[in-house]
Amino acid sequence: MIETLNFLIFDNLIYILAIVLGVILTVAYLTYFERKVIAFMHVRMGPNRVGPRGLLQPFADVLKLLTKEIIFPKNANKFLFLIAPIITLATAFAAWAVVPFQDGWVLADINAGLVYVLAMTSLGVYGVIIAGWASNSKYALLGALRSAAQIVSYEIAMGFALVGVLVAAGTLNLSDIVRAQEGGLINWYVWPLLPLFVIYYISGVAETNRAPFDVAEGESEIVAGFHVEYSGAAFALFFLGEYANMIIISALTAIMFLGGWYSPFTGDSWIAQPSIFWFLGKTSIFLYAFFWFRASLPRYRYDQIMRLGWKVFIPITIVWIMVVAVMKVYHIGPWWN
Amino acid sequence: MIISPELFQQIIFYVFATLTVGSAMAVVSVKNTIYSALFLVLCFFNTAILWMLIEAEFLAITLVLVYVGAVMVLFLFVVMMLDIKQAKASQLKQSYTKAALLIAAAMLVELLMLFGYKLSGQIPVNELVRQEQGYSNVAEVGMELFTRYVYPFEIAAVILLVAIVAAIMLTMRKREGNKQMDAAKQININPAERMRVVSMPAEKGQSQINRQNNGEDS
Repeated sequence: MIETLNFLIFDNLIYILAIVLGVILTVAYLTYFERKVIAFMHVRMGPNRVGPRGLLQPFADVLKLLTKEIIFPKNANKFLFLIAPIITLATAFAAWAVVPFQDGWVLADINAGLVYVLAMTSLGVYGVIIAGWASNSKYALLGALRSAAQIVSYEIAMGFALVGVLVAAGTLNLSDIVRAQEGGLINWYVWPLLPLFVIYYISGVAETNRAPFDVAEGESEIVAGFHVEYSGAAFALFFLGEYANMIIISALTAIMFLGGWYSPFTGDSWIAQPSIFWFLGKTSIFLYAFFWFRASLPRYRYDQIMRLGWKVFIPITIVWIMVVAVMKVYHIGPWWN
Repeated sequence: MIISPELFQQIIFYVFATLTVGSAMAVVSVKNTIYSALFLVLCFFNTAILWMLIEAEFLAITLVLVYVGAVMVLFLFVVMMLDIKQAKASQLKQSYTKAALLIAAAMLVELLMLFGYKLSGQIPVNELVRQEQGYSNVAEVGMELFTRYVYPFEIAAVILLVAIVAAIMLTMRKREGNKQMDAAKQININPAERMRVVSMPAEKGQSQINRQNNGEDS
């Protein structure tokens, strides 16, 4: 019994620490990467002062944010005001528990992994709503309402896209979904589920409130949306949560549509071996696309966002689920032989 | 100190059961509506944990996904939009006391009956049926729903669909001065229909006129 408890507490604690530290470090350098990518797209230099090539810039930013004062707005609800960023961060990290990095490299290999991820990402909206309400500010409340409506709407399209993956793989376990895509580029689900792949990724961008769907922040209309009243460490937590969510959306897209840890090549050479580097590489592609969108697309108008979600994405996903079901029943292609 | 797995599970159960009951009581007793809604979220969460303890992990996660992730978000949304004034104690007392008492009495009787059955041995008292490792909750639920209970399941789905359509029909109304835009019309506009290009001789600029006037004066 003692051994079981020891295992439960210490071994898992080490895994959890490894994942959390990894995600935090990735977030730190993701901000640097974002600024560099956008700078190159704008023909600028980007951060280049702190450390060699500006590589220490993220740490300078973190130190700055942590040493700043947290200001409580007048008549703000202090408890909820403080707990909102914590909720955002906690749900963003909790979803990482079921992500398989490589065959067997997963903290909790649960059968309902896909539903768990969907549940955790949908909880992130509480951080936004509570922050908007507790700030006692009209801009924050407007931002929170926009964000809540947007996340709830896009969650439906996202859920339907995941139903397509579920039909294709026949399991909710993320590791098994990856294993079902074994055997080179052509076996990945991105081909039979192409519309669902595109919709899932775009819904993911909308769900994380990133450009071009960042009306929840909309600095030209409502200053900075739900986190307008936040400063210092509380703001840093929101920031961390948003970027951790971006990473998890990218990682899930890689797992469900691009074969996770499998190599695109077939054969016995070293390049065809499945490894965590393939998974990280695929995730990075989607992270880069986040910044690419941000640098090149103008912000959507609010009614257009709603129209895209409800009238375009949801019908397409419903139709494509039927198509996938038919393809699966008749064993079409290399995917369902 | 050695804790047996059963004891450990019991401790977890009682901790979360207390939290569930406590947060459920808080839902009806706190005066701030936002707090009420948030306590309801906490209550759902603790219920999900209790379900997890009886190894119904799929149902537990679905509870969080559907009720916490979607229903309560909309609830909070509405509560924030409506800006409800904090209810006074006197208001609370008079309005629903009788109905609430009736429901509470009915539930108390039901609970007592359940305990009575359990004591008289009419429901199985032995422990939960434990499945071996690797048993998939999700697959079992799906199998039961789509084979044995397929008709009730599909009928429930159709009723829900009808409810959605009805809700939309009830709330959809054309208002005066509604500025709704038709996306197809917006995309298919022809600039030639909206804009007229007029060609006319260039006017003399104001500065030129001023300079001419100045020149005449001097």
